[in-house]
Amino acid sequence: MTEYNFAYLDEQTKRMIRRAILKGLAIPGYQVPFASREMPMPYGWGTGGVQVSAAVLTPDDTFKVIDQGADDTTNAVSIRTFFQRTAGVVTTTATRDATVIQTRHRIPEEPLHEGQILVYQVPIPEPLRFLEPRESETRKMHSLEEYGLMHVKLYEDISRHGHIATSYAYPVKVEGRYVMDPSPIPKFDNPKLGDMAAIQLFGAGREQRIYALPPYTQVVSLDFEDHPFEASKANHCCGMCGATDSYLDELIIDDAGGRMFVCSDTDYCEARQAMGHKGKDAA
Amino acid sequence: MQANTLSGGFTKPAAQSAHAFRRVLEAMARPGTIQDIEGAAPPAPMSPAMGAVLLTLCDTETPVYLAGDMDCEAVRTWLAFHTGAPFVGPAHCMFAVGSWDALAPLAVYPIGTSEYPDRSATLIVERSELSVKGATLTGPGIKGQTTLSVPDVDAFQTNRKLFPLGLDFILTSGARLAALPRSTKVS
Ligand SMILES: [Zn+2]
Repeated sequence: MTEYNFAYLDEQTKRMIRRAILKGLAIPGYQVPFASREMPMPYGWGTGGVQVSAAVLTPDDTFKVIDQGADDTTNAVSIRTFFQRTAGVVTTTATRDATVIQTRHRIPEEPLHEGQILVYQVPIPEPLRFLEPRESETRKMHSLEEYGLMHVKLYEDISRHGHIATSYAYPVKVEGRYVMDPSPIPKFDNPKLGDMAAIQLFGAGREQRIYALPPYTQVVSLDFEDHPFEASKANHCCGMCGATDSYLDELIIDDAGGRMFVCSDTDYCEARQAMGHKGKDAA
Repeated sequence: MQANTLSGGFTKPAAQSAHAFRRVLEAMARPGTIQDIEGAAPPAPMSPAMGAVLLTLCDTETPVYLAGDMDCEAVRTWLAFHTGAPFVGPAHCMFAVGSWDALAPLAVYPIGTSEYPDRSATLIVERSELSVKGATLTGPGIKGQTTLSVPDVDAFQTNRKLFPLGLDFILTSGARLAALPRSTKVS
C-alpha cells in the first residue's frame, strides 16, 4: 500500500477533480473541463471513469465495476483490482451492496438507492460533436441552447428509417437546460437516468470532461410528438433466468448459428437464477 | 510561527480529505441535507466544518477571499500553511469564506461565463446554527421538496435567476455543513 498514493492519484490532482465534480453537480448536464492525468491503463479502458472513482472513493467503500453489464471482463476485473490495491476498498459484484459502481455502457437493472454513486466511463462527452467538430462552436451552441440541429439529425433518422435509429448514447435534456450524452448506454437504460436515487458522475479522460446528475434530476430523452421516445430491447426473455424486463445480449451458441438471449447484467441474472428462476436455455 | 498554525490540519490527509470530500459531495448532490464533517481544528473564528472544507478543496490553484473577521492573522497563517492558497479580493476568488453579512454584497463575485459557467465562486458561509427548519428548497438533488435554515431567501432567488451561471454556497456551523448549489430554488 505505501508505495502508492491513496487511490493512485496525488492529492492535488484529486482536489482538482473533486472541485470539478462539485461544479458538475451544481450545473447538471454541463461539461466541466478538467486536467486529465495519465493513468496506468490505456484510453478506452475508462481513464475518465477511473479518475472520477479515484476522487470519490474512501477506504470504507464497497466498489463494483461493470463492463457492458458484466463484472468479469478483463476491463472490469483490472479496474476493480486497481482500486482494491491502491484505495484498500472492498469489492463486490452485488449491485445492492456497492457504494460506488463504475460502469461502462450500462445502468444496473436493479434500482439504485441513496448512498450509492454511479460513475460512468465516457468516450465522447459532447452530444453535438458529430454535428460540429469544433469545441468552441459546440460550447457556444450549449450556451445559447442551440439544439435545433440535434433535433434535425434525429428527425432525419425518422425519415430514413421510419423510426429514430440511434440506439446507444441517445441524447437527453437535463432539467430543461443542457443536452447531455449519457455515454454509450443502450437507450433501454435512458429512463433510469432521471429521478434516480443515486448520484451519477460522468468522466471522459481523453476529452477531459466531467459532468453529473444529482439524485432526482429531471432527464428527458429527446423525441418528437409524432415519434415519442421508446426504450426498446430485443423482444425475447432471458434464456438463463427467464427475465422479461432486462436488457439482453444476443449470443451465438453453436456452429449452426444457434442463438440465445441472455441478460447483459450478470449480477441481476445470477441473482434471479439463485432465486430459482429458469429460462428456456438453462441447463 | 505559532504552534497552532502547524496543528489543526488533517493528520492523515489522503484518507481524511477523501472522507471529508464525500460529505461535501453528498451535501452538494442533495441540497438541504445536513452532513457531519470532521478532522480539522482551525483557529477561531473559523468552524471545524469550514476548516475541513477548505483543507479538502483548496491549494495553490484556488484563490481565496477572507471576508470580515475571517481576515485575521491566525486564519491567514493557518490556511496558508495547510493549503498554500493565495489570498485575493472578492472579484477574483474561487472560494470566499465568512459570515453572511461579511460576504455581502453578492454581486461582486465571479458567476462564470455563458460558455464556462463553472468559472464561478463558491461561498462558504459560517452560520451560528444549521437547521432543517426554514425556507423551502426544490430542484435537482431534492426529492419533492425539503427545508433548510438559510440566511436570506431573496439573495438565493436572485442567484437562481442567473442559472446556469451563479454562485454555489456551502453553509457551515460547528462540525456540520449543508450546500445550496445555484440550481436550487428557494422560497
Ligand atoms: Zn437473465
